Amino acid sequence: MTDQEASHLEFRDISKSFGPVVANNSVSFKVERGTVHGLIGENGAGKTTLMSMLFGLYDPDGGEVLINGARADIKTPSDAIRLGIGMVHQHFMLVERQTALQNLMLGSEGGFWLGRRNGQARREIEAIQQRYGLEFPLDVPVGQLAVGIQQRIEIVKALYRGAELLILDEPTSVLTPPEVELLFHVMRDLVADGKTVVLITHKLQEVMEATRNVTILRHGEVVDTLRTAETSREALAEGMVGRALRARPVERKPCGEAVKVSVENLTVCDSRDIRLVRDVSFEIREGEILGVAGVSGNGQSEILRAMAGLMPVTSGRIRMRDIEIGAGDSIGLAELRQRGVGLVPEDRLGEALVGAWPASENAVLGLTRTPFYDTLTARYPGAEMHSEWCGDLMRDHDVRPADPARRMSFFSGGNQQKLVIGRELSFDPDVLLIGQPTRGVDIGAIEFIHDHLRQERDKGKALMVVSVELEELIALSDRVLVMFEGRSMGVLDKSEFSERRIGMMMAGYSKEATAEMSQEVAE
Amino acid sequence: MTAHTQSALGGLLASLLNIAAALFLGGVLILAVGENPFRAYAAVLEGAFGTVDGIGYTLHYATNFIFSGLGFALAAHVRQFNIGGEGQAYFAGLIVAVLCIWLPWMPWWALLPLAVAGAALFGAAWAAVPAYLVVRRNCHLVITTIMFNFIASLLMIYLIVSVLRPAGSMAPAGPGLEPGQRLPQIIDMINSFGFRFQPAPLNVMIFVALAVSYAVYRALWRTKWGYELRAAGANDRAARVAGVPIGRMTAQAICLSGALVGLMAVNEIMGAQHRLTLDFALGYGFIGIAVALIGANTPLGIVAAAVLFGALYQGGASLVFLFPSVSREVVVVLQGLVIFFAGGLATMLRPYADALTGALLSRSTAKTEGA
Repeated sequence: MTDQEASHLEFRDISKSFGPVVANNSVSFKVERGTVHGLIGENGAGKTTLMSMLFGLYDPDGGEVLINGARADIKTPSDAIRLGIGMVHQHFMLVERQTALQNLMLGSEGGFWLGRRNGQARREIEAIQQRYGLEFPLDVPVGQLAVGIQQRIEIVKALYRGAELLILDEPTSVLTPPEVELLFHVMRDLVADGKTVVLITHKLQEVMEATRNVTILRHGEVVDTLRTAETSREALAEGMVGRALRARPVERKPCGEAVKVSVENLTVCDSRDIRLVRDVSFEIREGEILGVAGVSGNGQSEILRAMAGLMPVTSGRIRMRDIEIGAGDSIGLAELRQRGVGLVPEDRLGEALVGAWPASENAVLGLTRTPFYDTLTARYPGAEMHSEWCGDLMRDHDVRPADPARRMSFFSGGNQQKLVIGRELSFDPDVLLIGQPTRGVDIGAIEFIHDHLRQERDKGKALMVVSVELEELIALSDRVLVMFEGRSMGVLDKSEFSERRIGMMMAGYSKEATAEMSQEVAE
Repeated sequence: MTAHTQSALGGLLASLLNIAAALFLGGVLILAVGENPFRAYAAVLEGAFGTVDGIGYTLHYATNFIFSGLGFALAAHVRQFNIGGEGQAYFAGLIVAVLCIWLPWMPWWALLPLAVAGAALFGAAWAAVPAYLVVRRNCHLVITTIMFNFIASLLMIYLIVSVLRPAGSMAPAGPGLEPGQRLPQIIDMINSFGFRFQPAPLNVMIFVALAVSYAVYRALWRTKWGYELRAAGANDRAARVAGVPIGRMTAQAICLSGALVGLMAVNEIMGAQHRLTLDFALGYGFIGIAVALIGANTPLGIVAAAVLFGALYQGGASLVFLFPSVSREVVVVLQGLVIFFAGGLATMLRPYADALTGALLSRSTAKTEGA
């Protein structure tokens, strides 16, 4: 087989800029037919931009795309579909109120009257489902199905439209570990049928497990394309970041005895009286980080929001220092901060920052009602107080570029988060509630943020970290609380951690039912 | 060059482009009615700024527009659209007139602080019910304040015609002010130095308007309260997480918005009409919206835009006077075009203006990009 025949997809010198920002700079690499090809890079490295051009969502400024060795002119997504390209986006493109069958037929109804092709379509779809083991009900509104199931619908949608080349954009970020296993199985079956899969991810473990070849992007340029079998996680990480990452420090002080946070039988309902948190209890002691694990939407966020006074407590009690929140109590964040509780919300640009404002104005958001603000006014007399304070904050927390006048939304996710965390630590809260500390944050900044959180812990503070990144929770936490459908599946001590065990608990197995697993891993 | 400055420059350029587009279309219209647009615009300028009394009228109208523009802008900073300035100013006029009737012996300088406070209070009160309905009952402010405009109009017709009208008077207006209660006109003051300029209603309220503009600037950009208020408007979820009581901030902004617009009544009743007249606020409230939009909700921009509209008001009147084929309606269309471009289509030219400023400044900003 010649080289031409072997490569299903080839990028030649693809470039794309958005104003002064270069998203892709002369990107060239080949994807072999019948393989899983990994595409890795930090956030903002240009992975999604590149794939969006392949799918006809953007026009490249220069360069060409070759499909099966022939130059392809892809202007719109329908051009891409005609060329056998299917894309599963990070955010699903499904009509939630329609059934899976209706969603799958959308755009290929065949004629004016609905329903004519239903029988035929159903048979074709069932054949795809059986071939790849992608089970889901065809006649239930999609909105009622779990995200993992919705992703299967997206994959089947692409295959039903004749995709030979399937792009999966960060597919595992919404899945439980068992679901990830299943997805990898599906990918192997697809490849066995001669289809090609491009897997966009920033999880190196997945690249090592599932891909044949891997391309690393950094700052919009290809660092290298490698055989996965001939490389290592460390080498890939270095390629992504552009420098060697140092080993994680393991030494730490043991946590104290004093209980700083105690949550008893917490139940939280939403406005429709659906119970999102059910009877959850836990404690956090001084000098301790409690991680909260769970697939998105299993109640972790609501625990955080109830503790932050952003959602009412239906029953049970929350105690933090001298604060007590029970049913019917409403406590504002201003008061929580005054009494030594800090919050890093999960949705950074939605709740932690004002994207349209300069960094300087964001540097005091939430501080205005703390006594700390008065010390700031004393420290920076004069009209430019916010700017001067922001400049210092940026220096202390390595926010780049250190320009207080720059619009907040122009900073990368990592630099935004460093500013948020720096701001929240600045008034020295005793209890820190943190949601998704490193979501959308690049590896270099993750390290920095983790170090800072560990430092706070070692000062004797109590931290709660809600995260969808299992690796992060294992690296950071002293204990991990695992949530499933609003219930606590148990709290694991550091000695009991294993990715598999937490994964099983996230899928609904209790701590007891997974007890033998920690030994399994210990072997 | 900072992103902030760049965005401000883009906004300024967009405003200028919009005004230019409106004047161009207006010129086509003037051409269509058979006049030379350049001569017509020259006449507008001459009418607005060519004589001392012309300037007096222009700045008198501008004073009204500053108050209504500032009021609209304050609510706009919490993302609320207070279209009810007209009703708020009208209702504020009631207390100004009533104070003058109650205290006939009081000279203008003693009455002025009372009238300013009263007008602010009544303007705020007329905005308070819609504010409550927005914050607690989630009713749309546009709908409620429009309805409150009608309520104010009908209530004031009843009060003026049936309660305040002096016995025997046929005119639908309140009793006239005592001569000592009238705000001194600035041209009168100048004439006391021996000049003989024609009179115009421009009075001390313009200084109040400028002082209030500066106070609004200080309050919004230099105080904790103003910072939190802008946060509530810029991202209410983030402001809530920052501990800002969104509802209270919104209510305060809407009531203060009514208070600012209400000050217009002092200028009009004590400074120009010298009595409470029917519909004295008509038009000023709505043009305040355009003034705030052109001025990008900043006090400095509002003062500039208010002078522009003051000039259109005054210069338009002399245009009609001088050019027989230009009717009153043509001037209304001209004003309408400026409102239409600067208000309704305010964002249409914004991307081009931003691209233009961006291109001009790209060299300096490109260096700070990255990370």
